[in-house]
Amino acid sequence: MNRLILGTSAVAEPFWEATKQQKFMLQFCTGTGKAIWYPRNFSPYDLNAGVEWREVEANGTVYAVSVMHRPGNPAMVEAVPYVVALVDLDEGVRLMSNVVNCDPDSVKVGDRVKLAWEPIAEGRHLPVFELA
Amino acid sequence: MAYDPTYLRGKAAIVGAVDAVSPTGALGELERDLEVRMIKEALDDAGLALSDVDALFATGMMMSSMELAEHLQINPTYTDTTMTGGSSFEVHVEHAAAAISLGLCEVAVIVYAATPRGKGGVNFMAAQMAALDKNNPPPNIEWELPYGPVSPPGNYALAASRHMAQYGTTREQLAQIAVSTREWACKNPRARYQDPIRIQDVLDAPMIASPLGKLDCCLVTDGAGALVMTSAERAKDLRKPAAYVLGVGTAHDHAMMMSQMPDICTTAGAVSGPKAFSMAGISPKDVNVLESYDSFTITVALALEDLGFCGKGEAGAFVEGGTLGPGGALPTNTNGGGLSYTHPGMYGMFLLVEAVKQIRGESTGQVDGVEIAVAHGCGGILSSTSTVVLGTGATR
Repeated sequence: MNRLILGTSAVAEPFWEATKQQKFMLQFCTGTGKAIWYPRNFSPYDLNAGVEWREVEANGTVYAVSVMHRPGNPAMVEAVPYVVALVDLDEGVRLMSNVVNCDPDSVKVGDRVKLAWEPIAEGRHLPVFELA
Repeated sequence: MAYDPTYLRGKAAIVGAVDAVSPTGALGELERDLEVRMIKEALDDAGLALSDVDALFATGMMMSSMELAEHLQINPTYTDTTMTGGSSFEVHVEHAAAAISLGLCEVAVIVYAATPRGKGGVNFMAAQMAALDKNNPPPNIEWELPYGPVSPPGNYALAASRHMAQYGTTREQLAQIAVSTREWACKNPRARYQDPIRIQDVLDAPMIASPLGKLDCCLVTDGAGALVMTSAERAKDLRKPAAYVLGVGTAHDHAMMMSQMPDICTTAGAVSGPKAFSMAGISPKDVNVLESYDSFTITVALALEDLGFCGKGEAGAFVEGGTLGPGGALPTNTNGGGLSYTHPGMYGMFLLVEAVKQIRGESTGQVDGVEIAVAHGCGGILSSTSTVVLGTGATR
């Protein structure tokens, strides 16, 4: 079962296509140079500027973490307990993800994490993280 | 008219306030029937009639106030369907007070009913998911749901984990909030849970999303309520003592993307609370009783800090020893709260009903000498807050 319940948005097509090669594409504001999360058709930092996609390393630090003992996605019923975290990317945005391949209770706020990938449909991948 | 942030103070009042809940958690009535019953009871409470009503406030998917007005065969000339989740009804009070003070309407009814335990309701979430464009999903469906945060507790658990790591807050301290709230519920014969609990019971309850266990989480029950508001002048002659709206404030800083909350340990209450208190001309020490949205124990902890009852990061120590419970320095959620009284999905209505009861001296957990009561709603996933300061006639 696909964890992307409703598919993906047109604006994020460059992101999802790049995940086929396990590359993390992030939007940046062409006016301020700031990274933007989540993908959109304008820069929230400067409505007169544009956005551009750049490949980034997307490693980061755990900002907040919780172990789910009940599934929050119908495709993850078998996966409990699993780790949901907010990760501060080194590029300057915060996103939600999973921290995988570890004891769920071992993940702590402040832990360094590195980008990893989980296969989903159509050769695409979902970005997740492992403890660095 | 020049900008005057205190203009609304004391201009309008809540003059009718009722709710319907059951210790079983189920009411056995259709949502629309509950709405009508609540409106009738709230108007009776106020000593007004349906023919007096010229403003209708409701939440829901589409044209909710119009559907309800058609059902009642009334023709409102002021209408509001603002939907900010659990804080919606505090926002409605703000809007109604503003409209009344400007002469746009005179008698406003605010109503809510939800029956998650029964049948006959609309499952908004399922209906909204079914209606979504599969090629243009909302951001949270595309960027957060794939990681499976059990919603809403998983999102609030992230805030709790960060608060514990950043400020040293403990699970025991959060548990104390559930214990104190249950003590109020033990006084309320209509509460869902009326048996005392200890901190250890909260810690031993099944884990839902760490660090939040089952007893850190609100109930899922049927429930309904309604408020009647009018001008301060008209309120003087009605059946019961009026609860004057002294201050209001609303803010939001994200919607359903937890990653977009600027500081997960500071809610929009840090804006809405001071705004409402400033309008009312009060400080936290003037608050005799606090009704603060308790979707989860952490929700209360963050609100205590954001509203200024203690410093940022200090809520854990603040609640220790029963500060929020009966006999405590800050009686909070005196009906038993969303944790132990009722929680049909958008609890903000019940915060207001209980705050009015405290102003009138009608609560099962009545605090002596209440002059100022605060209802602080929180909606979404710590996303929207709205704060209402109510006072007796003496405070106006």
